[in-house]
Amino acid sequence: MGRNVRWSIINVVVILYALIPVVWIASLSFKDPSSITDGSFIPNKWTWSNYSGIFKNDDFVRGLINSIGIGVISTVIAILIGMMAAYAVARLEFPGKNLVLGVSLLISMFPQISLVTPLFQIERSLGLFDTWLGLIIPYITFALPLTIFTLSNFFREIPWDLEKAAKMDGATSAQAFRMVIAPLATPGVVTTAILAFIVCWNDFLFSISLTSTTRARTAPATISFFTGSSQFEDPTGSIAAAAVVITIPIVLFVLFFQRRIVSGLTSGAVKG
Amino acid sequence: MNAVSRGKADERRLGWYLCAPAALVMLLVTGWPIIYSVLLSLQRYDLRFPDKRSWIGFANYGTVLTSGFWWNSVWVTVLITVVSVVIELVLGMAIAIVMYRTIWGRGFVRTVVLIPYGIVTVAAAYGWFYAWTPGTGWLANLLPSGNAPLTEHWPAIFIIIIAEIWKTTPFMALLLMAGLALVPEDTLSAASMDGATAWQRFRLVTVPLMKPAIVSALLFRMLDAFRIFDNIYILTNGANNTSSVSIIAYHNLIGGLNLGIGSTMSVLIFIIVALIAFVFVKGLGASAPGGTR
Repeated sequence: MGRNVRWSIINVVVILYALIPVVWIASLSFKDPSSITDGSFIPNKWTWSNYSGIFKNDDFVRGLINSIGIGVISTVIAILIGMMAAYAVARLEFPGKNLVLGVSLLISMFPQISLVTPLFQIERSLGLFDTWLGLIIPYITFALPLTIFTLSNFFREIPWDLEKAAKMDGATSAQAFRMVIAPLATPGVVTTAILAFIVCWNDFLFSISLTSTTRARTAPATISFFTGSSQFEDPTGSIAAAAVVITIPIVLFVLFFQRRIVSGLTSGAVKG
Repeated sequence: MNAVSRGKADERRLGWYLCAPAALVMLLVTGWPIIYSVLLSLQRYDLRFPDKRSWIGFANYGTVLTSGFWWNSVWVTVLITVVSVVIELVLGMAIAIVMYRTIWGRGFVRTVVLIPYGIVTVAAAYGWFYAWTPGTGWLANLLPSGNAPLTEHWPAIFIIIIAEIWKTTPFMALLLMAGLALVPEDTLSAASMDGATAWQRFRLVTVPLMKPAIVSALLFRMLDAFRIFDNIYILTNGANNTSSVSIIAYHNLIGGLNLGIGSTMSVLIFIIVALIAFVFVKGLGASAPGGTR
């Protein structure tokens, strides 16, 4: 058996591992209500009705809007303040630098459930319970460690001497930043923003614990409330379609930014 | 001399200013709630009976630590953590090697492997839930009829572990792949010339050189697995003694509205996680992914 054939088989096994569960949920979402319980892997009767159904469901649309809004706002804020800290960590010498990294590390491993009980009570007394801000605050906190680590690793790789060179060639500080440093830093910032957004987009625990209505409830939590509601006699198709819809952004990110996401996720691990 | 030290002082101050917002947010949002939950854990505080609120010392700890449900959830969490992380290490290593070495389609394989990493856990969990639902599911239909695996203790635990492994192995694989990149090709080919088989090269050269990456991936995944919530919530919601510690604490809070007991569990979970991290860092010299040493 040639090397090519052997690697082809191995590749196919890995690809099947990753894709079969995803294809299954997609297949379920295309099944006609009459055939949804037939248990076949590929739909026997195809339909779009599950998709048109969930987009007519105000709760789900609202959940999507909440997810996108809360996710984007949290990501932007986490990137802004994370970028400042990452720049300091990568470029400056100051006492307390390791403390910042240490705290970030602790938080990245922090059990979220330990925050849920006190936050539930604190947010209720501050009027933040069941609001966008009430979710944005914990999301920023849990996106920050990843932002600081990933960005500081990207920043370390930027050839900062180019800034000096540009200034010597007569560029002002602003020009040097805009024309030399910003273009070099942008890919790292975009990658980090994607990773931070995935963290927020994925959350379920905070969203079901710190909301009580559709006002701020994000899409993953909304889906878990589909069960047994009067609008859906059998929620299977709707849940499957909604699961596919919230997976689409992830698939797009991965398709367009695979190389960057891999380098972002692995850059920190190398130093061990 | 003076100018240099002033430059240094400026650099320090700039460093502090730049880090301050991030450090403040992280400390405020985690530090204050932790202190608050220690305070809550020392009180009788049930939102259904707010008038009966009082300080009761460590009585809540006594209640939780003598509860069979609590210990069962600790056992389930430890079991799921250990089994899934061990399997993920082996499987993740295999996938890491494929992503690193495959001779064609490397980009495509990496792209596809990132999908389980990125997919919303709840979405994936529903996929597993329906796959194992009798009648609806293609996997349930492979079983003899009359089986409803998610309604029985051991089959449900097994399915939770599968769902957890599927979702998080790619992350493990990525961390391990970064470790593989640390192994110099020269060393491997030298070992090869000395007659080492592929397995010997892997065991005697690759693994020792990437030990830091392995230990930090293990630590990170252990602590992550210990928090398991989403998969169990969707698959069984803790039925048939499949609650993890996060699930049982959640039910005491949202279902029971018992802030005292819920906070006590939160504090205990925090202590367990801190202990695991301490053992890893002291015993194995781990530094988490991204850590600089």
